[in-house]
Amino acid sequence: MTTTDAGAPGSTTNRFESVQSVRDALRDVQYLADDGIAGVAYLADRLSKPILVEGPAGTGKTQLAKSIAEITDARLIRLQCYEGLDESKALYEWNYKKQLLRIQTERGQQGEDWTEIKDDIFSDEFLLTRPLLEAITATDPVVLLIDEVDRVEVETEALLLEILSDYQVSIPELGTITATQIPLVFLTSNNTRELSEALKRRCLYLHVDYPQLEREKEIVLAKVPDISEHLADQVARIVRSIRQLDLKKAPSVSETLDWARTLLLLNIENIDEQTAKDTLNVLLKYQTDIAKAAKELSVDE
Amino acid sequence: MLDLLNGFVVELRNAGLPVSLTENLDAMEAVQHIPIEDREAFKYALGATLIKNHAHWRSFETVFEVYFSLRGPEYKLVEGGDDETDIDELWRELQEQQQEGQGGAGGLDSLTPEEIAQMLMSALMNGDQGTMRAMAKQSVQRFAGMEPGRPVGGTYYLYRTLRNLDLDGMLEKMMDQARQDADGDLTSLEERLEKEEFEDRIEKFKGEIEAEIRRRLVADRGAEAMAKTLRKPLPEDVEFMHASRDEMVALKKSLYPLTRKLAARLARKRKHGRKGPLDFRNTVRHSLSYGGVPAEPKFKYPRPAKPELVVVADISGSVAAFARFTLMLVYAIQNQFSKVRSFVFIDGIDEVTDYFKATEDITEAIHRVNTEADVVWVDGHSDYGHAFEVFWERYGKDIGPKSTVLLLGDARNNYHASQSWVVKEIAQKARHVYWLNPEPRSYWNTGDSIVGEYGTHTDGVYECRNLRQLEAFVEKLA
Repeated sequence: MTTTDAGAPGSTTNRFESVQSVRDALRDVQYLADDGIAGVAYLADRLSKPILVEGPAGTGKTQLAKSIAEITDARLIRLQCYEGLDESKALYEWNYKKQLLRIQTERGQQGEDWTEIKDDIFSDEFLLTRPLLEAITATDPVVLLIDEVDRVEVETEALLLEILSDYQVSIPELGTITATQIPLVFLTSNNTRELSEALKRRCLYLHVDYPQLEREKEIVLAKVPDISEHLADQVARIVRSIRQLDLKKAPSVSETLDWARTLLLLNIENIDEQTAKDTLNVLLKYQTDIAKAAKELSVDE
Repeated sequence: MLDLLNGFVVELRNAGLPVSLTENLDAMEAVQHIPIEDREAFKYALGATLIKNHAHWRSFETVFEVYFSLRGPEYKLVEGGDDETDIDELWRELQEQQQEGQGGAGGLDSLTPEEIAQMLMSALMNGDQGTMRAMAKQSVQRFAGMEPGRPVGGTYYLYRTLRNLDLDGMLEKMMDQARQDADGDLTSLEERLEKEEFEDRIEKFKGEIEAEIRRRLVADRGAEAMAKTLRKPLPEDVEFMHASRDEMVALKKSLYPLTRKLAARLARKRKHGRKGPLDFRNTVRHSLSYGGVPAEPKFKYPRPAKPELVVVADISGSVAAFARFTLMLVYAIQNQFSKVRSFVFIDGIDEVTDYFKATEDITEAIHRVNTEADVVWVDGHSDYGHAFEVFWERYGKDIGPKSTVLLLGDARNNYHASQSWVVKEIAQKARHVYWLNPEPRSYWNTGDSIVGEYGTHTDGVYECRNLRQLEAFVEKLA
């Protein structure tokens, strides 16, 4: 398949200088990337390949695409996947009403050839672009985000293959539309099902996990203004501690941030057992989890 | 470089990771953009192009460490030359500091174990990466006693090094130190957090030691040979019966996402069920409006019945792990069944359904099964015959045409009476009876295994040695 860019459509100047520059740029928009994230983003740009981002919910997969769009000054085009998504919602659709109208107006005039009308009603003017086609035809820089791709059926995945590997869309009536410029493409997945080999093969794979202690602390410091270093440190440590328990749903980064904000609002400077226990419900969403964590955090002598 | 990458990919495939040709080409292209000196980025670049499943990441990492351990700035550079300067310099510096403090002790290897322990402790307390790496290097050099060409595994050296360092004692000392530093008592929460932090650092340090040993072994024996000895099965291929403790933990971790996937898949399958068979009556009735021509065929709406599941599991030592995983899996997707009842036995049998009902937490339920269930009748050795007999007596009447019965175990009956008539009776009353055996097929019916005798009465005996096989079976079942 297309592994070299020789025949690939359009051309893009490289967006990023080096891995480090990606990292720094992301940091400027308050997205703290680790080596893996920055490296893969850089590579995606150089190899012109989409990125498949997997990982637990709430670890900033979608945010990554948004931040990349922000640092590259690109428009974010988002396709939210769901069960039952089809061609007319993802790729393109003919504007039937407008086509009908056109035929109606032609009818009055004599001498119009049918083939002329036919050619006419299947032209760009009557084409409704949907996110995927829009990303391909855009002339300004765009970042395409295909969110929660694991929600569509296996068959629908095939819709994406052409655009992912060749950056083109084939419309039977019009021919093939090739990208004027290669957009950065992100696919996110919560891993509720195994994606097909064909899709995975076309992408770079990035697994975003819960951050390490240090990084989580930095994230808290960056995202929650006015929080003290001490409190951020404590928050990160306790969250790590809780994640090690065997829970139904481990606290995500966004929940960590919520918790930090809650503590800030309550004017808590130092977390002790009681405050931790009282505010656990911000962090955990299942009663059994809360009970378990409360038990673990309390005095165990 | 090309050779190295090729060898690397071959080894990945040997380890069971599916790497396609295009992915290989992608990796080749990727490494042109990422300098090998940036080791982490290089690793992620290869990972992103070659590995498309997070469960495979660990295996990938191991292979990577072996193949690229001798490259990168922290370690030996490709061209040799000024190798290992950084680390060694750091070490020398450290030593000088130490000597100043202690009044001079002499050469490189003349530190007493106490001094080394002291240095290690301060390194761990500060959590300084570079120092820890230097410490790891020195510890291995000093304690592991590695000899070139000696045919022992890395674990032996690891054991020797760790024994000399006494890291468990170190944790205690560090905790004491932390308590002193905090002047005053730590609250139990703080203590817990400190302890976790230290444990984390010690784990990291152990990792450094392992990496150091591995590097030395690779230098000694070559990458191919090393990769072969380190090759480990993927989580889904780990055998239940021979899983080590670490593998068990990994298995448990991969079980949860697996159940989620399985549940989603089953729910979808049920919803998008194919059309049922032709509904003859309905078709004829509708044909009346077409003058008797059956122009509009009607189909029966498929109503896949949710089976009622009865799990009867042997939980004696040898197969306990398998029973545990199967129970966890079954309960995790229990809404795919109309009812799940579970029984466990060794030589006596006990119902454990209530343990699972009482709590949402499956692990806790499993724990209760292991500790509270009354499964020993005489001597605590598997007696399938007696267990089945009692099962039939007490619960046989509950088996009906809706029930699917799963029998789990290796059928090693310790030469007791088989009482296989019970299985036959069950098979007659129940909708299906399946036997899941965690042993490899080639072991069946050897020694005291009588799985064949039971198997003839069931609808099928399945080999379930690993998660992959178990998953395939459960999907078929629901």
